[in-house]
Amino acid sequence: MVFKVLWGFHPRLAVGPSLLKLIHTTVVTKKKNVQASRQESYTEDFIKKQIEDFNIGKRHLANMMGEDPETFTEEDVDRAIAYLFPSGLFEKQARPIMKHPEQIFPKQRAIQWGEDGRPFHFLFYTGKQSYYSLMHEVYGKILQLETHRGPLSEKTDSRDLIGSRWLIKEELEEMLVEKLSDQDYVQFIRLLEKLLTLPYGPAEEEFVKRFRKSVTVQSKKQVIEPVQYDEQGLAFSTSEGRRKSATAQAIVYQHGSGKIRVNGLDYLLYFPVTQDREQLMFPFHFLDRLEKHDVTCTVSGGGRSAQAGAIRLAMARALCSFITEDEVEWMRQAGLLTPDPRIRERKKPGQEGARRKFTWKKR
Amino acid sequence: MAPAPAVLTRLLCAGVWRWPAFLQKATPGPARLNARMVTRAQVPVVSELQDGDDLQSRILDVPLQHSDFFNVKELFSVKSLFEARVHLGHKAGCRHRFMEPYIFGNRLGQDIIDLEQTAQHLQLALNFTAHVAYRKGIILFVSRNRQFSHLIESTARDCGEYAHTRYFKGGLLTNAQLLFGPTVRLPDLIIFLHTLNNVFEPHVAVRDAAKMNIPTVGIVDTNCNPCLITYPIPGNDDSPQAIHLFCKLFRTAINRAKEKRRQMEALHRLQSSRGSEGSGTSSAPDKSQCP
Repeated sequence: MVFKVLWGFHPRLAVGPSLLKLIHTTVVTKKKNVQASRQESYTEDFIKKQIEDFNIGKRHLANMMGEDPETFTEEDVDRAIAYLFPSGLFEKQARPIMKHPEQIFPKQRAIQWGEDGRPFHFLFYTGKQSYYSLMHEVYGKILQLETHRGPLSEKTDSRDLIGSRWLIKEELEEMLVEKLSDQDYVQFIRLLEKLLTLPYGPAEEEFVKRFRKSVTVQSKKQVIEPVQYDEQGLAFSTSEGRRKSATAQAIVYQHGSGKIRVNGLDYLLYFPVTQDREQLMFPFHFLDRLEKHDVTCTVSGGGRSAQAGAIRLAMARALCSFITEDEVEWMRQAGLLTPDPRIRERKKPGQEGARRKFTWKKR
Repeated sequence: MAPAPAVLTRLLCAGVWRWPAFLQKATPGPARLNARMVTRAQVPVVSELQDGDDLQSRILDVPLQHSDFFNVKELFSVKSLFEARVHLGHKAGCRHRFMEPYIFGNRLGQDIIDLEQTAQHLQLALNFTAHVAYRKGIILFVSRNRQFSHLIESTARDCGEYAHTRYFKGGLLTNAQLLFGPTVRLPDLIIFLHTLNNVFEPHVAVRDAAKMNIPTVGIVDTNCNPCLITYPIPGNDDSPQAIHLFCKLFRTAINRAKEKRRQMEALHRLQSSRGSEGSGTSSAPDKSQCP
């Protein structure tokens, strides 16, 4: 007796081979999505374990490098990893890193409600509780200030806001651990600006400072060479510069008559082309000190234009020691202190040059 | 799940849960009762309905015997409603057809709401709110009027309840399990201080609450639709004085109910501890205090 089950029908007995039908069933196979194997959310235990592993690993690393595990800082960790796993990859983020799990795993939210199911935050049901509670707070402050505003309202000047900028949307999202839309962000900044137009006190200032980030003035990072003195007591300063494959070393004297010597030759002889000489004169021309400094420099490598650019950078850097900070900032903004990152692009296989392809033949 | 329908029938008989007449005819009783249970299947049922404990059932059943257990009638009067300008409606052209029963008349083109009816509806609504708060329900204040958004949020925070006066995302109530998490608890009562949104259309939450079987209390102005709201309160929703009054009333009712619950629990805890002491030492039991 053969039992066969047909879809949707009552199971019946098969009578004979003539009634035996081959039932074709489609087997649906689910292709496992390999990318989705990475967890969307990480449990707290997992994160804790990762932190423990990180701390143990840090101690091992300190032992390996022969340093004290107790005083092993983040920078030491980075240096150790760069030493032990040297990588020639260009992309800095693709190189091996060892950072605290809080910096690697994205921040998540714990469960927002208690055992009885009641949410903790009074704006939970809006969906964006942190953002809306922030808006509520700021609006409350504005109302308070508006009611307390006297008839003669002296506006406090924005003295502390000059060297800072508003947090960008991504930074705010990170702070609130919530997704925001562009309109939300714009509304929030508008509210804060409105708060700043009212006469605010130190408490409000403190509150607003949380959403401002100080803009690091780039020129502060500029390394200014120390002034040196040679045997005759003349003040000079020396510095290096590079452009493409040319390296140059320049010595700029504080007092002089505007002579420039390159590799023992006068720059008029070394650079016959006017353009190169103009490049050399540019830093001095920019600061109106054309005939006030003497320069002696050595250069090697590269072509004429690269050598000129290298010397220019070296001279500008050396000149920083003799000028004011404002002038340094102006030079930086003019681009005189920025090394030009452009280098020769490599030739690729299958092509004639870096970009030039072989002649295309239709047939 | 078994005791739940029984409790609900008791609630209905006690007159606490009042279904509007036209809804009652539409759907039969038992089906409606069970529908709410079905949607809540996956959510952890709050422990209020454990009738095994006698004291627990006394805490929950005693308030239902009275028609106004929390004495919400004393919180307002027709005169106080009048002084808060609750009777002022919109112009006759804005009138909604279903609000006609609640309108007293029309003066110089402006509709005047019948405060006698408002007082009755307000008493029922406040009583229901207080009962929900007493039973530790989640109350959500909803409004889309930007003028009073801050006030309503502050009111909700002061009561220890929740507010939503912002842009209402589509599936907030109907698709909450996806938006928040699988074990989220939905509000047990939604209070609308403004039933319309910024484009003078009914707020989406009115329809969604009806879909999710969540009872609603709402202040309906003369241009609003009172149909889907369980406990409509015909009244003015545009004047600041009126909204301040309503916020104050809701806040007082909720705080009173919570305070009462704390008192009842403390009382019964005291009684149960005394009872256990009494049975242990076999001394004469003290007279139990009436609430």
